[in-house]
Amino acid sequence: MHDMSTEAVHHHAPPTGFIRKYIFSTDHKVIGKQYYGLGLVAVFTGMVLSWLMRLHLGWTSLAIPGLHFLSSTGAPGNVMTPEYYLQLMTMHATIMVFFVLTVAPFAAFGNFFLPIQVGAEDMPFPHINMMSFWVTFVAFLVLISSFFLGDGPALSGWTGYAPLSAVGGVAGPGQGLGQVLWAASLAIFCVGQLLGSLNFIPTTLDMRAKGMTLSRMPLNVWGWFITSCMALTAFAVLMPACILLILDHVAGTSFFVPSNLVINDQLQPHAGGSTLLWQHLFWFFGHPEVYIAIVPAMGIVSHVLIANIRRPLLSYKVIIACMFSIAFLSYMVYGHHMFVSGMNPFSSLVFSFPTLIITIPATLIVLIWIGSLYGSRLRINSASLFALGFISMFVAGGVSGFFLAQPSIDIMLHATYFVVGHFHLVMAVAAIFGIFTGTYFWFPKMFGRMMNETLGKIHFWLTFVGAYCIFMPFHYLGLAGNVRRYQAFVGYMEPLIPIHKFITVAALITGAAQFIFLYNLIHSRFWGKIAPENPWECTSLEWTVPSPPPYDNFGGRHPVVYHDPYQYGVESENGADYIMQDSTETPKEA
Amino acid sequence: MAKIFAVTLILIAIGSAIPIIWHIWEPPADISTHGALIDEQMSETMAEAGLSFLAAQFVLAIFVWIFSNRPKGAKIGHFPGGATAMVLAGFLLVGTEVIALGIFGSRAWASVYFQPPAADAMPIQVQAGQFAFYFRYPGPDGKFGPMHPNLINEANLNFFGLDYNESATKDDIVTAEMAIPVNREVHLLMHSKDLGHSFYVPELRIQQDFVPGLDLSVHFTATKIGKYEIVCTQLCGLGHYNMRAYLYVYSQQDFDDWLKKEAALQ
Repeated sequence: MHDMSTEAVHHHAPPTGFIRKYIFSTDHKVIGKQYYGLGLVAVFTGMVLSWLMRLHLGWTSLAIPGLHFLSSTGAPGNVMTPEYYLQLMTMHATIMVFFVLTVAPFAAFGNFFLPIQVGAEDMPFPHINMMSFWVTFVAFLVLISSFFLGDGPALSGWTGYAPLSAVGGVAGPGQGLGQVLWAASLAIFCVGQLLGSLNFIPTTLDMRAKGMTLSRMPLNVWGWFITSCMALTAFAVLMPACILLILDHVAGTSFFVPSNLVINDQLQPHAGGSTLLWQHLFWFFGHPEVYIAIVPAMGIVSHVLIANIRRPLLSYKVIIACMFSIAFLSYMVYGHHMFVSGMNPFSSLVFSFPTLIITIPATLIVLIWIGSLYGSRLRINSASLFALGFISMFVAGGVSGFFLAQPSIDIMLHATYFVVGHFHLVMAVAAIFGIFTGTYFWFPKMFGRMMNETLGKIHFWLTFVGAYCIFMPFHYLGLAGNVRRYQAFVGYMEPLIPIHKFITVAALITGAAQFIFLYNLIHSRFWGKIAPENPWECTSLEWTVPSPPPYDNFGGRHPVVYHDPYQYGVESENGADYIMQDSTETPKEA
Repeated sequence: MAKIFAVTLILIAIGSAIPIIWHIWEPPADISTHGALIDEQMSETMAEAGLSFLAAQFVLAIFVWIFSNRPKGAKIGHFPGGATAMVLAGFLLVGTEVIALGIFGSRAWASVYFQPPAADAMPIQVQAGQFAFYFRYPGPDGKFGPMHPNLINEANLNFFGLDYNESATKDDIVTAEMAIPVNREVHLLMHSKDLGHSFYVPELRIQQDFVPGLDLSVHFTATKIGKYEIVCTQLCGLGHYNMRAYLYVYSQQDFDDWLKKEAALQ
C-alpha cells in the first residue's frame, strides 16, 4: 500500500502548448526522451559510418553507390579516398563516444528516471536541464555540419592528436575548418554535460523523498551519481583543451605545436608548444570518459538483473564501493594510453600499476553479479538477456585489458587492432547492451506500452552472436601486428584481409539486426500492448507511478520510503515475492 | 531460451579460444635480444587472461542454465561464502595476479628503456615525415651534421635539411631503407619532421612514437638476417597506411658493402 504524505508539496502547473510540452520542455522526462532520440539518431549515423568503413577495409576499391553524394571529393566515382576513410573513421568514433555512449545510458535514462527513483518531482534546476539538452543538440549539429562544410570532417581520429590536429589544413583535408568544428562541437558538448551534472548531483543529494536514504537508492542511481561527478571533472578538462586547440588554429597560438616543423617543404609558423601536452589533457579527460560510458550501464544492468533474478545481489555496498573505486582510479591510469608516446618511460610504469589495480573492482563487480545468479530465480526476457549479455561482453573486453595495462606488452599491441577490439567489446558493445537492457526494461514506463518480446529476443540473438563475430577477430588481427587507422592493408598485413572481409559481413548483418530494434521501438510506441503500472514486479519508485508518469511524477503526493530497493525473495501479504520501497509492510523472509 | 543462451555462450567462449590455443594468428618470431622477456610476459598474460575469460563465461553459462525456469516457490540459495568470499577472491587472486604481472612486466620494460645504449652501439638517425621514413648514417667521422629545417627540400632530396658544406655533414649517408648488421647494437635516434609518427617493427619487439620537438631514441640488437617492415603506427594523415620502410638485417660484410654502395650514391 502506498503511503500518502500530507506534507505540502510545491506544485507547478503542467506545461501547455506544443512547444513547452515537447520542444523546450523543462520536464526531466521529456528531456530524457529527447536525449534518447538524439542518441538513437547518433547511433544509426555512427553505425552507417562503420558500415562504410568496413566495406572499404574489406574491398578497398569498392564503389559504394551514392557515396559521392555525401562527398564528391571524398568519394569520386563512389570510391572512398584514403583521406575520406580517415574522416569517416573520426566521425564514427566521435559520434559514438560522445553522442551515444555518454548521452544514452547517462543523460537519457538518467534524466528520465533519477528524479522518480529518488522520489522527487523534478530536478532542482529544470531550465538549466533544458539547456543541457539543447546545448548538446547544438554540439551534434556543429559536428555533423563538418561533413558538409570546407573540405570535410577532421581526419585526426576521435583523439585528435596534435600537431596533426593543430597545424591546420596544410596537414591534410579536413584539418582546417573540419578540425575547428570538431573541437568546437566537443567544447559545446562539454558545456551541455556540465549543465547536466549540475542537476544530477543535487537531485541525488538534496531531492530524495522522506525515507530515501542514500543506502536505499537503487544501484543505477548510484551509477548516475558517480558518473555525474566524473563528468563534472573530466569534461572540465576537455573543454579548455579544445579551446586551446581552436586558438592554435585561429589565433596564431602554439599551445600544442613546437617550432621547426616542416610540412610540404614549408616551415610552420609555430613555436614553443608541446605535442605531448595535448595527449595529457585529452587522456586525463579520456580515461574517465570511458568509465562515464560504462558506469551507468553497470548500474542499469545491476538493477535490471536483480529484478529478473528475484533476489538482491550478494552485496549492495560492495557494488557501490567498486563503482566509486573505479571512478577514483580512472584519474590515475590515463597514461596507459601514452606508454610509448615519448613520455618518460618511468611514468609508463607508474601508470601501469593503477591500471592493473583497477582490474580488482571491475572483477569484483562481475563476481558479485555472477555469484548472485547462484540460487536465484532467473527470469529470461529481452531485458535480462541483454543484462546477461552485458556481463559476458564486459568480461570478454575486460580480459584484453590485462595485456594493454602492461607497457612491455603494449610495445607489441599499441595502435593495433587488439586495442580496437578491447575498447569496442568492453565499452562500445557492453554499454550498448546496457542501453538495450534499459530500453527493454523501462520502455513500458516511459511510453505506457510493452515492447514486442519476440522481436526483442531475435534482436538479442543476432546482436550477441554478431558482436562476438565482429570484435573477437580484432584481437587476433592485433596479435598478428595489424595496425589500426589504416584504410588499406599492404605488405605483411595483406594476408589478413580475408579476416577483415569476414568481419565486414558480420558487421553488416549485426547492423541490419538493429533495424529490428528500431522497428520494435517505433511500432510498440504507437501500437504496443498497453503496459500495466509494474509489469516486471520491480520494487523501485518508478514502478509506483502510472505508465507513463504524469508531468509531476507522483501526481502531487510525496512518496515515503520504508525499504531498500531490493526486497525480493520475500513473502509479501498479497502472495508476491517482493515488497515495494514505499510499502508499509514488513518483509518476511521467504 | 536460458539453455540456448548457456550453450551459445560456451560455444562462443571455446570458439574464441581456439585461434589462441592453436596459435593461428600471433606475433611473428622474435629477432631481438630483449624480446624474450616481452614474449614470456605475453604468454603468461595470455594464460591468465584466457583462463579468466573461459572460467567467467563458463560459470555464467552454467548458472544461467541451472537457475532459470525454476519451479514456483523454489528456495533462494546463497553462494557459499557470499560477498565475503568474492571480495577475498577479488583481492587475493586477482590482486596477486595483477601485481605479479606488473612486477615481472617491469623487468621486460626496463630491459628496453632503462638501460642506456652500449658505448659502441651504432648510431643511426631516422626521420619520420608525411609519409616516409628516411635514415641517416654518420659516416666515417661518426658525427651527424646539423639539421636546418629551412633547408628541407623534398624535391631536391634534401630530407634532413643538410648543408653539405658543413664538415660533419660531408660524409653523412642518407638512405630510404634501413640496414643494420646482425648481432650489433643499434642506437636509433628518432626525429620527426612534421607531426606525430611511430616506428614499429613487430619482429624487433620495438614500437616508439616520434614526438615533434623531442629527440628520442631506442636501442636494440637484431639477431636474425632478413628483410622486415617498418610501419608507422601513429595516425599522421591520408598516407598513414602506406608509410613504411624496409629494415635489412645483414651480415657485417653485406652491411659494409651496402653502406659503401649508399655512400657512393650521395
